[in-house]
Formats: sequence, C-alpha cells, structure tokens
Amino acid sequence: MHISPVLWQFLVHWLTNSALFPPEASAISPYMDAFYFFLCAISAVGLIAVAILVFGFSILYRKEKSPVATQIEGSTLLEATWTIIPLALFMICFVWGALLYFRIYNPPTNAMNIYIVGKQWMWKAEHPGGQHEIDSLHIPINRPVQLTMISQDVFHSFSIPAFRVKREVIPGRYSTVWFEATATGTYHLFCTQYCGTDHSAMIGEVVAMTPDDYQKWAAGSTSGASLAQNGERLFASLGCNSCHSGEATARGPNLSQVYGSRLQLADGSTVTANDAFLREAILNPSTHVMQGYAPIMPTYQGQVSEEGLIDLVEYIKNLNSNYRIQQTLTTSQLAPGQAGASSSGTPQVNGPARAGRTAPSVPGTVNQ
Amino acid sequence: MSTIVTLPNQEEARLPKLSYLNSEYGLKSWLLTGDHKRIAMLYLISITFFFFLGGAFAGVIRLELLTPQPDLVASDTYNKLFTMHGVIMIFLFLVPSVPATVGNFVIPIMVGAKDLAFPKINLLSWYLYVAGACFLVYALLNGGVDTGWTFTTPLSTHYLNTHVITAAMGVFIAGFSSIFTGLNFIVTIHRMRCPGMTWFRLPLFCWSHYAASILMVLGTPVLAITLVLVMLERTVGIGVFDPTKGGDPLLFQHLFWFYSHPAVYIMILPGMGVISEVISTFSRKRVFGYTAVAFSSVAIAVFGFFVWAHHMFIMGVSNYSALVFSLLTMLVAVPSAIKIFNWAATLYKGSLTFETPMLYAFGFMGLFTIGGLTGVFLGSLGMDIHLTETYFIVAHFHFVMVGGMLMAYLAGVHFWWPKMTGRMYPESMSQLAAVTTFIGFILTFFPQFIVGYLGMPRRYHAYPPEFQVLNVLSTAGATVLGIGYLLPMLYMPWSLKYGKIAGSNPWQATGLEWQIQSPPLTENFVDIPVMDHEAYDYEWLAHKTEHEVTTVG
Repeated sequence: MHISPVLWQFLVHWLTNSALFPPEASAISPYMDAFYFFLCAISAVGLIAVAILVFGFSILYRKEKSPVATQIEGSTLLEATWTIIPLALFMICFVWGALLYFRIYNPPTNAMNIYIVGKQWMWKAEHPGGQHEIDSLHIPINRPVQLTMISQDVFHSFSIPAFRVKREVIPGRYSTVWFEATATGTYHLFCTQYCGTDHSAMIGEVVAMTPDDYQKWAAGSTSGASLAQNGERLFASLGCNSCHSGEATARGPNLSQVYGSRLQLADGSTVTANDAFLREAILNPSTHVMQGYAPIMPTYQGQVSEEGLIDLVEYIKNLNSNYRIQQTLTTSQLAPGQAGASSSGTPQVNGPARAGRTAPSVPGTVNQ
Repeated sequence: MSTIVTLPNQEEARLPKLSYLNSEYGLKSWLLTGDHKRIAMLYLISITFFFFLGGAFAGVIRLELLTPQPDLVASDTYNKLFTMHGVIMIFLFLVPSVPATVGNFVIPIMVGAKDLAFPKINLLSWYLYVAGACFLVYALLNGGVDTGWTFTTPLSTHYLNTHVITAAMGVFIAGFSSIFTGLNFIVTIHRMRCPGMTWFRLPLFCWSHYAASILMVLGTPVLAITLVLVMLERTVGIGVFDPTKGGDPLLFQHLFWFYSHPAVYIMILPGMGVISEVISTFSRKRVFGYTAVAFSSVAIAVFGFFVWAHHMFIMGVSNYSALVFSLLTMLVAVPSAIKIFNWAATLYKGSLTFETPMLYAFGFMGLFTIGGLTGVFLGSLGMDIHLTETYFIVAHFHFVMVGGMLMAYLAGVHFWWPKMTGRMYPESMSQLAAVTTFIGFILTFFPQFIVGYLGMPRRYHAYPPEFQVLNVLSTAGATVLGIGYLLPMLYMPWSLKYGKIAGSNPWQATGLEWQIQSPPLTENFVDIPVMDHEAYDYEWLAHKTEHEVTTVG
C-alpha cells in the first residue's frame, strides 16, 4: 500500500482544506482515506450500474414503446456474473479492511504508553511521568503512542476522528489503541458510545505537539510523582510488600521483572503477565494463583480505584529489583510510625504510614 | 413468448355486495375476529399510529440538531427522544410493518388458503402487540426511558433511573407477537398450500416471508432472554453482565446483537418480497431468475445469524473472531446484490408503467443499494473503526430501514390497497408523495454520511459548530420527508369513501389474491383454487382474461 503520487497529494490537499473532510493527522489516516476512496468508488460504480439499468430499461421498455412484454426465465450465466463480481469486490474490501484493522489494533513495541480512565462524563489521561489531565490529551508527534484504557462505570468509546482511530472503553477490562500523530494541532476527542445524560459533553481535545514542546509541557505539568512512584506507595500501604517481598520464603511470588514474562498458573495454564493480567490478579487473585503458591491473597475488589490499579500496574511493570521493597520493609520494622517524618518529597523511603498522602490520586476508594 | 396486458376498464367495476368488511358489524366483530384480513387491518391502524408517534420524536430530534447548542430540550429529554424513537420505530413499526399488515392479509390468499393456520394465535399476536405497546406508552407517559434502543448494560442496569423495566417488558411482550406471526406464516406456507401450489410456484413474497419467519421464531427468544436478564440485573442484581460480580458486560452485546442483527433481516426481507411482486406486476413480466431470488432470501436468513459480532469490532473482541465475522458480513451482502440485479433485469424487455407502487419500488432499489454498499464500508474491519458509532452508521441503517423498508412498505400498502379496501388511492397525488419522500429522504440522510466521516458521534445532543451546515441540510430534508409521509395519511382515508372502485384485478397481476373479488369474502375463495401454472405467468392471465365472461367486479 504505497501511496505518494502527485495526484494523491493534490487530492489530500484539496480535501483536507474543505469542510467535508476531517484533517489527516496521523500515520494511519492516509491509508484509511485511500481505502475510503476505494469503497466510495466501488459504491459509485455499483450505484451507477443499477441506475443505468433501471433508468435505461424504464425508457426503453416503457409501455408506450414496448406494449408487449417478452417473458424471460432467467440466465445462470448472468446470475453467476452478478454473484462473482460483487463477491470479488467485497473480498478485496475484506482483505484491505482486515490489514488496516490489524495495524490499528496491534501497537508497535516501542510505543509510549498513556493510560486513559473514562467515567461519566469525563476523560482522565495519566502519563507515566505523573502528568494528569482531564478532557485533554497532550501527545508528541512522530512517535507511536499507545493508550491503555478502562472505564470506571459504563461503556465509553474513545474516538479521535483526525487520527481515524477509536476504541471502546469497557468497565473491568483494559482495551488498547495506538496512533502516531503526524501534524501538530488541536483535534476533537469524542466519546462515541452513548453513556447517559451528558454523553455529548464527554468531549475533549487532543493536542499534538512537537517532541520539544511536549518535553516542555511534560516538565511543566507533572504532579511531582510518577505513576510508578504512586504505585510504590500504594504497594506498601496496602501491605503488598509483606508477601511479595521477593525473598525465597515469601508467601507471594516475586514481582521483580515479572512484567512480560510467561507465568505458570496453578491450574496448569500459562499466561503472559501483561497489564490486563496484573489488574485481574489484584482484583480476582483466587482465579489467578501461581503454581507453587497457596491461594491466600485476598481480593482488592472495591478497595483500589482504577487510577490506583494503574499506579500499581505501572509500578510492577517497572520493578527491576526487590531492593527497595526490602528497604521499605526494614525501615517500617525498625521504626514503625516514624518513617513518615523523614525525607518528605523524595520517595526514597515509603513507609506505610505516609502512603497516599502526597499521592495526587488518593488510593483506597472506588467510584470517585 | 409475449403477452399484451390491457388494464380493465374501471368505470364498469362495482363493489361486491358481500365482503370481509361488511360480513359482520360492530366493534366486537373486529376485536374478536379470527379473520386474517381483519387482523391485518387492526395491525395497519395500530402501526400507523406508532409510526407517526415515532416520527414525531424524530422531528423533535432533527429540530434540536438544527443548532450546535443544546437549546431546545434538556439532555435527558433528548436521550429519551432518540430512545423512544428507536424503540417505537423498530419494535412497534418496522418489525411488524409488512408481515403483520400486508403479509397477514395476502399470504393465506397467495397460497390459496381460507385463513392462516392458527387464526386465534394470529389474533393473540395482535393483542400481545397492543399489550407491549401499552407498556411502552405507559413508560413514555411516565417520563420515558433513556437507555437507547439497545438497552446497553451496565448503563441500563446500574446507572439510569428511568422506566427501563417497563420498556423492556413492553419489548419482551411485543417480541412474542412477532414470534406468533412467524410461527403462523411458517405453518401456513408448509401446510395450507392449495392443490398444485408447489414451493416453486409460490410468489416470491411468500419465500421472503418464510425466510423472515424463520428468523423471527429463532431469533426473538434470544432477545427475550436478554431482556429478562437485564430486568433481573436491575431488580435482584444477578450480575451476569456485571464485571465486579464476575459477569461480562460484553456478553450482553453478544446476546443482544444475536437477535438484533437478524432483526434487520426480519425487517428488510418482507420488504424485498413486496418489491418482487411490484416490479413483476408493473413490468408485466416474470421475475428474472425466480430461483435465485427465492434462494437469496434463504441465504440472507441463514448468513444473517452468523454476523452479529460485526456490531462489536471495536469492543475488544479477539482480532481473529473479528476477521471471521467480517468475512461472513461480506458474504451476506452478496444475496442482496443478487436480488437488486435480478429486479433490474426483470425490467428488461418488459412493458413498464409507473404507478405509485412502482415508483416506491424504484426508490427502494436506489436507496437500498446505497444502504447496502455503505454496509460494506462498515463490514470492512479497518474502516469500521473510524465509521462506527458516528452519523455514518445512522445514515447507513436509515438508508436500509427507512429508504429500503419504509419505501417497500408504502409500495406494498399502495399496491394492495385496492385489494384491501376495494377502492383505488388517488394516483397523481400518491405519485407526488412518492417523489417527495424520495427527495426528502436523500436530503435528510445523505449529509449524514459526510458528517459521519467527519467524525460526528451519534446520539449527541450538542455538536461542534463546524458540523452545522450538514445538520441544517438534514433537518430541512426531514421536513420534506415529513410532508411525504403525511400525504398518504391524508389521501388514503379519503380514498376509502371517494376513491374509484378498483375491481378485482386493477393491475392485471397474476397472484391468486388478484383473481378474487376486492375486497375479498371472509373465506377468501368460494372454491379452493387449483394452481396449474407458475408464479408470474402473464400468459395464463391473458388467456384467462380472454375467456372470462365477466371481466371485472
């Protein structure tokens, strides 16, 4: 699918400047639009064919001209023709559409990840660096961006027409979509799945910036703690560290470098530890017991908000050693209650006592 | 092989002394009737009422969308308007439209029977329809419901405080009415055909109703189960669709669309049957490729059951299952294309006249072709990502359901009006209505394809100002469309008293229903007919007319 002749440039320029066509602002847009023109073309051909037949026959065989009807049984050859030609065209559409679909829904491995939480009636975006946004999304251009999305209540749908991408945001399950913006600007962000009273107010803007501007924005908008740092606090305050300490005698499995690895479960199946699995394992641990461990972990359903879960997932994702977990445990054993007094602001020591206080998104509640 | 058909002189026609309309008098004789023709009339009156109710909601929606700001009604009211518009139009108008009125009236006569197989179940089906409608009207009068016609969970189960259970109950009950209609048609077509009426001598109208009936009987129970689960979730919280209780919200989508996609074919197949009859009659020619058209109906019914997940391509179904459903969706588009080309080929070497039913049928062919082809856009996986949940999809299904089905319904009502009432509708007036409807329709819904590709989401109360021009066009079109629909509402009742007397076969059509008096006797046939010719045999008709002593009346 290589498209770059002059004609194409001209068409794109003409269309994107007309009010009848959305801006092309992502890497996938030209491919989507090419497919759209193809579909329009075969539709036009089909419609014109039918129109010619109907109007042509209406003129040629109207009663005044053709008082006598000639009875015709049918024709297998013609039936075959108008079965096979549409079928062939539809098959081309099928293959072309499938290629696009797989491209849009299979993110590249180097994509930068942003979390989206949808709720009635706002979009919350959480950047790993700790930038939190509501009803807006800042992204750099020329870089693949993956969105990991979840809904806190009902079905929503995250749609950016200028990027030609959209994905349902579902309660209780991560869904992902990716895009690579190619032109700076501010674009519409819509919720396209009917979600109640203010459905049409669940809109926002996507701000595509040059990488430099994005860096400046990110530096200026951070809440001070990254998602992983929030996750670390939550990990300690929920007491996760007492079992998942990484020691050989620990009651829970070692979580260091667990992200992306293949895990053997107690029921004999193997799974890949991705975002969705980690989230599920926190909420429904009894159905995701690792082989060799007892099913003793309690459920955290209703105790951690979706943002809190994102923090935890992001923390586990970036957990490369258990050193700090053990440090935290040691500190809290040595001086329980005093850990919070020291070194506020820097997350070197994260005792349970001060967890959540400095975190911008307060964990421990549902349905905020 | 040629036939000259001359229409009978209607000046000589007289209304028959006795017919199903005057065999009994009084309200009770109508409300307790077992006569399929009277039940068809009861249906005709009730669905017409709900069509105009649903249409009024559409009118308010279009008026609100005239401006980008939410200024005419409140957001909740707007949500209730499009919900009630959808629920009423789909469950109380489109699903019963052709089958319960025209189909109910002519199918027994077409197969040469005195009534449907189960006349009392037929009456029960109308009462169930009315009961379901009463629930919906009750919900409406008490503040309405705002789930969207799709009753999507968990919105409908946990997040809304409107009359969801009442409305779901209404749809549940109305569903049984359509199951009974389907059951009656299946048994009638299997068991009640007159001597000589083989399967391949059946009019194509019967074939398409047979296919639609299979869908009604097999699909509707799944909708009933789904709605019961929604009601149980709301009342006792069984949690089948609730992720926090181990349920799956996507399961609702699967169950709902397992009915609601076939429901599209329940709606369109009977319309396709009408088009076959109308095109053949006004071309004075056998339908081109009878078997292909007949089997394409069956193919649509069979494939129609296996494409439901194409409503869920962006909802996180596995990529590979999306692939399979997209492929099957492409396959279901083929039988529709076959039908369109066969109808077009029927015109070839015909002797065409352009009475109102034919104009509506041409409208159907054009609009349904656009509707079908834009369905290919949405069935193509990648394209669906951008187009689904926008106005593109709204335009697409209105082209199929309103441009296609409603045109076919109006074609059918006009076509069989002389048979039902014994009188003609005013021809030039109705031709004007047909053309007005067509123009109004294009103007209303074509701009929505464009605004959909621009990305305007459906079910939006307010929208970005750059979409206004296209929305104004759409609203202007809706006004014209409204006039197009109001015209028949005026001249059809007028024709009951002042219309020309039709005579038994004003179109010189070949179906058995045109060989008996108009309006028919309660028992349809004095003697059970014997079918000794193929369907659409205009030579047989010419021969019969030649040897008949009395030509009309």
